[in-house]
Amino acid sequence: MVISPETRAAIDEAIARTPQPRGALLPALHLVQAEHGHISLELAAAVAEILGIRSGDVMEVVSFYDMFHARPQPRHHVSVCTNLPCSLRGARTLLAQLEAHCGVAAGEPTADGRLVLGREECLGACANAPVLRVDGTYHEKLDSEAARQLLDGLE
Amino acid sequence: MGPQVPLITNYLTQHFLDDAAVGLEGYERLGGYAALRRALENSPADLIELITSAGLQGRGGAGFSTGLKWSFMPADGELPKYLVCNGDESEPGSFKDRILMERGPHQLLEGILIAAWATGAEKTFLYVRGEYERPAEALERAIAEARARGIVGTNVCGSDFAHDIVVIRGAGAYICGEETGLLESLEGKKGQPRKKPPFPAQYGAFGRPTTVNNVETLCHVPHIVNNGADWFRGFGTEKSPGTTLFGVSGQIARPGLFELPLGTPLDELVFEHAGGPAADQRVKGVIPGGLSMPVLPADQLDVPMANEFLRERRTMLGTGGVMVMDERTCMVRASVVIAHFFRDESCGQCTQCREGTGWIHKLVERIERGAGVMEDITVLEDICAKMEGQTICAFADAAAWPIQGMLRHFRGEFEAHVVQRRCGFAESFEL
Ligand SMILES: Cc1cc2nc3c(=O)[nH]c(=O)nc-3n(C[C@H](O)[C@H](O)[C@H](O)COP(=O)(O)O)c2cc1C
Ligand code: SF4
Ligand code: FES
Repeated sequence: MVISPETRAAIDEAIARTPQPRGALLPALHLVQAEHGHISLELAAAVAEILGIRSGDVMEVVSFYDMFHARPQPRHHVSVCTNLPCSLRGARTLLAQLEAHCGVAAGEPTADGRLVLGREECLGACANAPVLRVDGTYHEKLDSEAARQLLDGLE
Repeated sequence: MGPQVPLITNYLTQHFLDDAAVGLEGYERLGGYAALRRALENSPADLIELITSAGLQGRGGAGFSTGLKWSFMPADGELPKYLVCNGDESEPGSFKDRILMERGPHQLLEGILIAAWATGAEKTFLYVRGEYERPAEALERAIAEARARGIVGTNVCGSDFAHDIVVIRGAGAYICGEETGLLESLEGKKGQPRKKPPFPAQYGAFGRPTTVNNVETLCHVPHIVNNGADWFRGFGTEKSPGTTLFGVSGQIARPGLFELPLGTPLDELVFEHAGGPAADQRVKGVIPGGLSMPVLPADQLDVPMANEFLRERRTMLGTGGVMVMDERTCMVRASVVIAHFFRDESCGQCTQCREGTGWIHKLVERIERGAGVMEDITVLEDICAKMEGQTICAFADAAAWPIQGMLRHFRGEFEAHVVQRRCGFAESFEL
């Protein structure tokens, strides 16, 4: 796994925008993960080298932030917000229905690696609860039928 | 596309229904960037004086005087100095900053540029919560438009003032909303809060003097520059001027985002603007300011929504995230959700916080299951009391307060779970 020239160029731009190269670490990790789906040890070492820091520093940051993944991921991340406002409007029931529909518990990927269902903390869309996030895109005010169709439509 | 939530608008949000006003052209047609041009003709000291006399208070949760905060920045001395705009909004129940960034990106940029001029900052780091992809894109687009028109860059609106704005996306850690956790994150580190002092105005981003302001706080600034301190004080209360954005959610007929004067009574907000509870239900309790703030029971909803009044009821305005619970809801179960959040999000540096949030969750969860004993309730109170004011950042307080609030007003429900050895709320949400 190597960082493509395009991603490398974008990392260099991020470095130019911050006072110290390490300030580009979060942008670099977002870029690398967008390209490869996760941040392997090898990729972390490559990022470390670009920024002139230790790969341990990079891995520490990868594990601190929920949105960075050190391991390969299922093709889709589907998460249901289960914080209080969404729970008050049926989010936990919706999650249970989706678990049954997909035949997996939240946190376990489906056997075909198609998706993983998860719980999420408040997504900042509480007025439109319940809220589902599919690969970075919000879906709001979903009933369980619409949510099931959304999941079935994922490749 | 629209704002996608019911809105009550005032000066901050009046353009949010109009898609055409999101871009630079639409924003300028409505008078946008006039405040910036006016600000650049004034001295930084005069601007700080204006914002101080307007009485603008930070809208990120702590309610600190914005003018005073700006005045802490070293007035001269060497560059660089920085401005950080806190768009990390992760306080459960809050969604105002997301809508401000998505629907009014230029209003925010204008506020940023005025604040930057007033505090002598050469660069702004605009830290946007990682999950907020759409707001980050809206801001990137707006910055590109502003740069192309000379509003951001080496000569801001043709003046000698140079300023650059950089969007940095977070990556999913609540604690990065705490201002020094945010600064660590900007530097490419784990978002663990710093010991204070030194405060950001002395030692901030990359060790340089830095002002940290919330998104909403900065959005008020152009309006104050345009209309003056007296105009601003025409909204709200004497001690808490201006409007604010109340995000109302939970068991309520019309959840939405309501821009109303500070001091608007909570019952007016809940029953008039948000339409009250479902027809056959009654309100049981309302969390007035995001998940960190203690709940108020139904008989205390007459309180004006401003810190000087909320403090008398032992709660605070926080981020204005108003969560309504009706009588179906089990308050012990709600407490489990709250405790779980804080247990997961503690950064782990301080023993009281790391251990305390773990214990709170364990005890509340045990009581909810019907496996608790009466002593668990007193232990819970004891742990909460020991977490307040003892730690590097205010997170531990924020974790203890809501549980203390639940015990203060709904202790009977905790006791009933212990006595009956089960939860008696058949219609409450399931965990
Ligand atoms: C645990 C914790 C989380 C916070 N999260 C946020 C946040 O997401 N957004 C925000 O603007 N302020 C947040 N704050 C408050 C900031 O530390 C800081 O006070 C604020 O950004 C300052 O801006 P203001 O003076 O304009 O309100 C948080 C504070 C704590 C203790
Ligand atoms: S109080 Fe909690 S969140 Fe804040 S620094 Fe200490 S451990 Fe981290
Ligand atoms: S609680 Fe689900 S979006 Fe806020």
